[in-house]
Amino acid sequence: MIPQPTLDTSPKVSDEVRKTTCYMCACRCGINVHMKDGKVAYIEGNKDHPVNQGVLCAKGSAGIMQHNAPSRLRAPLRRVGPRGSGEFEEISWEEALTQAVDWLKPIREKHPEKLAFFTGRDQSQSFTGFWAQGFGTPNFAAHGGFCSVNMAAAGIYTMGGAFWEFGQPDWDRTKLFMLFGVAEDHDSNPIKMGIGRLKQNGGRMIGVNPIRTGYNAVADDWVGITPGTDGLFILAMVHCLMKAGKIDLDYLARFTNASVLVNEDPDSDQFGLFLRDADGQPQVIDRNTGQLAPWNGKGVEPDLAATHRARGVTHRPVFHQMADRYLSADYAPEAVADRCGIPAERIRAIAADLARVAFDEEITLDRPWTDFRGKKHGKMVGRPVSFHAMRGISAHSNGFQTCRALHTLQIILGSVEVPGGMRFKPPYPKPATAHPKPHGKVTPGHALDGPHLGYTHGPEDLLLDDEGNPKRIDKAYSWENPMSAHGLMHMVISNAHAGVPYKIDTLFMYMANMSWNSSMNVGGVHKMLTDKDDNGDYVIPHIIYSDAYSSEMVAYADLILPDTTYLERHDCISLLDRPICEADGVADAIRWPVVEPDRDVRGFQSVLCDLGARLDMPGFVNEDGSAKYKDYADYITNHIRRPGVGPLAGFRKGEDGPQGGRGDVNPDQIQDYIDNGGFWIEHVPENAAYYKPFSMDYQDWAVKMGFFDVVQPYIFQLYVEPLRKFQAAAEGIGERQPPEHLRARLKHTMDPLPIWYEPFEDTAVDVDEYPVHALTQRPMAMYHSWGTQNAWLRQIHGHNPLYVPTKIWEANSFAEGDWAKVSSVHGSIVVPVAHQASLNENTVWTWNAIGKRKGAWALGEDASEANKGFLLNHLIHELMPPKGDGLRWANSDPVTGQAAWFDLRVKIEKSDVPNETQPAMPAIKSPVGKGPAELDWKVGK
Amino acid sequence: MTQLPPPSAKKLGLVIDLDTCVGCHACVVSCKGWNTENYGAPLSDQNAYSGAASGTFLNRVHSYEVQPDEGAAQLIHFPKSCLHCEDAPCVTVCPTGASYKRAEDGIVLVNESDCIGCGLCAWACPYGARELDAKEGVMKKCTLCVDRIYNENLPEEDRQPACVRTCPAGARHFGDLGDEDSDVSKLVAERGGFDLMPEQGTKPVNKYLPPRPKDEMPEFDVLAPYLEPIAQDGKGFVGWLDKALSALPGGAK
Repeated sequence: MIPQPTLDTSPKVSDEVRKTTCYMCACRCGINVHMKDGKVAYIEGNKDHPVNQGVLCAKGSAGIMQHNAPSRLRAPLRRVGPRGSGEFEEISWEEALTQAVDWLKPIREKHPEKLAFFTGRDQSQSFTGFWAQGFGTPNFAAHGGFCSVNMAAAGIYTMGGAFWEFGQPDWDRTKLFMLFGVAEDHDSNPIKMGIGRLKQNGGRMIGVNPIRTGYNAVADDWVGITPGTDGLFILAMVHCLMKAGKIDLDYLARFTNASVLVNEDPDSDQFGLFLRDADGQPQVIDRNTGQLAPWNGKGVEPDLAATHRARGVTHRPVFHQMADRYLSADYAPEAVADRCGIPAERIRAIAADLARVAFDEEITLDRPWTDFRGKKHGKMVGRPVSFHAMRGISAHSNGFQTCRALHTLQIILGSVEVPGGMRFKPPYPKPATAHPKPHGKVTPGHALDGPHLGYTHGPEDLLLDDEGNPKRIDKAYSWENPMSAHGLMHMVISNAHAGVPYKIDTLFMYMANMSWNSSMNVGGVHKMLTDKDDNGDYVIPHIIYSDAYSSEMVAYADLILPDTTYLERHDCISLLDRPICEADGVADAIRWPVVEPDRDVRGFQSVLCDLGARLDMPGFVNEDGSAKYKDYADYITNHIRRPGVGPLAGFRKGEDGPQGGRGDVNPDQIQDYIDNGGFWIEHVPENAAYYKPFSMDYQDWAVKMGFFDVVQPYIFQLYVEPLRKFQAAAEGIGERQPPEHLRARLKHTMDPLPIWYEPFEDTAVDVDEYPVHALTQRPMAMYHSWGTQNAWLRQIHGHNPLYVPTKIWEANSFAEGDWAKVSSVHGSIVVPVAHQASLNENTVWTWNAIGKRKGAWALGEDASEANKGFLLNHLIHELMPPKGDGLRWANSDPVTGQAAWFDLRVKIEKSDVPNETQPAMPAIKSPVGKGPAELDWKVGK
Repeated sequence: MTQLPPPSAKKLGLVIDLDTCVGCHACVVSCKGWNTENYGAPLSDQNAYSGAASGTFLNRVHSYEVQPDEGAAQLIHFPKSCLHCEDAPCVTVCPTGASYKRAEDGIVLVNESDCIGCGLCAWACPYGARELDAKEGVMKKCTLCVDRIYNENLPEEDRQPACVRTCPAGARHFGDLGDEDSDVSKLVAERGGFDLMPEQGTKPVNKYLPPRPKDEMPEFDVLAPYLEPIAQDGKGFVGWLDKALSALPGGAK
C-alpha cells in the first residue's frame, strides 16, 4: 500500500483579518476579510455581528469576485459619442468636478428644482438627502418608490414600523410563522437563520406565494395564491377570526385605536374623523367612568364597545366599523376563494390554525413593565404567531391596502410587539406623527425648507404649488399618490422627458440602473434618454451618473463619477437611515477601506462633500468658505444632526470616555469601530424588550439613547385618520381639493380601514386575452444586476428561463428547449421556457435582472445573459394603457405611488427558436473592455 | 488499484438537512472561496466573463421537483459534494494512488502531485462528486476542509468546513459519524437520516435528513371549533363584544 501523504493541516490562514460590512445586497452583514500580502484572500461572516452571526450567503462569499470584477470603472469619464453608444474618454477628477459644477452652480442660483437627484441602492440616504436639501432642490429620493414603499408606508402609518429594517419575527419564541411574498434580499440571512431556528424549535411555517421555491420550498404548508389577491385572502381570515371572536380584545382596547370614537354623521364636516378634546387628543370611553377620556389618559381603560352621542352626532369606536365591514359576507372565505385560488376550507383552516396557536399556545414572560397610562403589568403575554412579507404583496397597485390588511391581521391577533410575535428593531417603533412631513419649498441659492421625504397627514401636507401642480418632478405627494413616502424614482425620466410638471436641466443619479433592469418600458426609456428637441439638444440636457461598475446606465450619461468597491470605502450604516438593529439591540456599523483603490476612483459620498463645498452649500462649507469635510469619513465623524446625535451612535464622546447613544464628536470614532469589529451594539433592557410603543420602560430608554428627544408612546392605528382626510377632500370637504378626474379613485382607495380592490391592470386590460400573471423573483445568489459581473455567481444564474406551470405547459404543448412569445398590452418578448409544477396554475415567472445588455458589465457579447437571458421589464409600462379619457394613469399604487410591477398580465404562445432572446438591442461599447477568458484565483503563494 | 485503509473508527462527514435547505448556494460559494485559495490548485473558471461560464466547484446545489399523487408539487434543494464513502470506488480505481482515504478520519482526498488527470475516479463515483479542473488538469473534490478542521491557526469554533460555517439556515452539520454519541449521529438517529443511493454499496459517510411531510395541515373539521361563530353580523358582534368585555379582568363596571 502506498503510504499516505503527509499533509499540513494547520496552514497559515491569512496575514490579517479586517472586519467591515458587506454590500453585496441590502442585508448588510458583518464580514471578516482575510488579507494576504495586502490583498483580499477570503471573505467569511463575522460571528460577533448582530445581523448574520457568522453566516454569509453566496453573494457575500463571492465578494472577492465583486471587488476584483473587470467591470470596475477606472477613472472619470466624459461622453464623446452619442448618448447610449458607450463612447467615452477618461478625464481627470478636476475636469469632472469642474464640469459638474459648471452645470450645477447656475441651477442652484436660479432654479434649484431643475436638478433631479435620485439615488438607487443607496445606503447613505440620510447623507445624500442632506446634500440635496443643502442644494435646494425638492427633487430627491432613493429607490423605495419602485421597491417596497407600500410595505414601509403601510407599516409606519399603521403601527410605526414594518418588516425587515423595522421589525422581525421573535424567532426564538414564535411557533407559527407565515411568510407572504418576499424579496429575498430584504432580510436575506436573518430569514434563513430564523427559519432554521423555527424548525429546530419544532415550529411551523406557512408560505403564501404563487411560486414554491426557496423559503416556500421548505414551508410546511404552501399556499399558491393568485397574484394580487393577498389582501382578499388576509381579510377573509380577519372575517373568520372576528366572526369567531378569536381576537385579543384586551390588546385591541389598550394598544390600538379600535376604541377611539369616530364621527358617524355624514352631514358633518368631521364625518369619519376622530372625536377630539380641546387638546386635540382622540377620545375613548373610559370603562372606569363610562365618560369620555383621552386615549392616553392616566388610568384610562378604553372601551371597545361603548358609543357616544354628542350634539346630536353619534360616535362609535373604530371597532364597530371594523365589525360592520369585515363580518360582511363579501369577506367570507366562499366569496373570495375563486379569486384567490385558495379553497374556502383551506382559508378557514389557516385562520383556525392562527387562532389555535395565538390563543391556545399563549406564552408569558415574567417581566414586569409599565404602560403609558401608568398601568403596571406583572408579566408579558405573548401570542406566538408571526408574519413577514415584502415586495410580493407590496408591488401591486393595491399593495398599500394589502400591507395594511396584513398588519390588521397581526394586530387583531395581538401578536405585534409581544413575545413570539413580530418585534420592532430600535430606533423603531416610531409612529408616522414622529416622522417629518415632506418639504418642497424652493428658494434659489438656498437650502430646501426641510427634509424631502416624510409622512403626510392630510391634504395640507401635499407638495403642490398655488395652481395645484406637483412641486416635485416625480409628482410625489400630489393627489396622484398623496402618501408617496419614498418618492417615485420610476417616474423621473418619463416626467422629465415629457416636461411635466416642468422641464429639468440635470439628472444626477447614483447606483441605479435606470436604463435597464430598474426601469419599466426599457426601450421607451432609452428613447427618452436619447431624445433631442428641435434644436438638436437632448430633451434631458445633462445626465451625471455615479456607479462603481460598467452598468447599462453608464452608456446613457454625459459625465461618469466612478465610485469605489465596497471594500475600498467609508460608509456608515446609520440609525438616521436604514439601521441594522435587532429587536433586542440597537446597532450600527461602518465600512472602511480594507484596501485602497488601485484605480482613479473616489467614494461617491466623498465626491458629494467636495461638490457641496465647491457649490458653497450650507452644511458643506465653513464660515470662511472653506470645505467643511475632507471626505465622507470626516463627515461621518464630525457631522452633528441634533444635539449629541451624529451619523454613528456608537463610541461617542462622553464625560467618562466613549459611550453609545448620545454624545459629543469623538475624533477616534471610526478607529473605535474598526477595533470593535466594524459595528456597535447595545442591548435593549429586558423589561423594555416587548410592547415598545406602549412601554415607558422602552420609551425612557429610547430618549436616553437619542432615538427621539421626548417620550412618544402611541397606539396602533387600525383606522388611519389621514387616509380619511384625503378621502373627505375627494368628497368635497375642505379647501384643498383634488382634480375632478381623481375624485372617484381617491374616495375608493384612500379608505381609512383596509380594503381590497382589483389590481389596476386587471381592470385596464382584457383579462380573457391576457389571462396569465407574470412575476419576477430575485435569486438568493444574485442582487439585482450586480451578480452577473461576478465570475462565480454567474455560473449559478447565467440565464433565466420563463418558468411555466403544468396547465399552460400542456396547453401549449411545450417541450424542453422550446421558446415562447410572451405578450402584454404594452409589448412582447421571445424567451426560453421551462416547466415548473410547483407553481400557481395561472402564473409564469423568471429570475429578476439576469438578462443583460450586450457590452455592459465587461461581459463578452456572447454572454449567456445577453443572449438567453431577458428582462420582463419590456412588458411593463410606467403608464397604464390609455382609457380614452385623454389622461395617462401611472402604473403605481394610488396611495404611495409604488411601482406596480407585479400587476402584469400576459398571454403566451409557442414561438420558433430565435438566435437570441427578443427584443435584442445593439451592443453598447464597453468603457472598460472585457474580462479575461479564464480565472484561477489565488492571491497567496 | 489503490487500496483502501482498514475502516477508521473516526468517520468525519456532513449531515445535510433537506427539510431546511432553502437552496441559497451559500455553501457552494463559500466552498469555492476557501478552496480556490487553499488546498492544492485554485478552482479555475472558463469563459469567466463570456459565453456560458463553467468552472470547478466542489459542492453544488441541485433542485428537484417532486409531484405527490395528491396535493401540490414540491421542490427539494439538494446540495451535493463528496460523501467520503467507506467503500470509495474513486480510491480503488485510481491508477497512481493519488486518490486516497485517510486512515485516521476517513476523509477522501486527492494528492494532486500524483494525479495524472485520467478521470477514472470521476467515472467511478456514482454521485458525480468529482470535477476535473480544466486549467490544472487535476481532479478536484471536497476535502471536508481538512485544512480548516484541524487548523490551529483558526479559533476552535471555526474549525469546521467552510460550507458548514457559512450555511445561513443551519442545514449543514459536521462531525464524527463513527461516534454514535456525537451530535451528528444523534441527529441522524432522531430524524431518520439516510444514505444516498445505498444500492451502490459505497457506504457513504455523509447523511441526508429527509424533508418533513408537507401540506399536511389538519382538515378543517379538526380545527373547526376554533372558528365557532359568535355572531353573524356587525350588530350581533357588538352584542357579543359587550359580554366578552365584561368577562375581561376589570370588566362589568
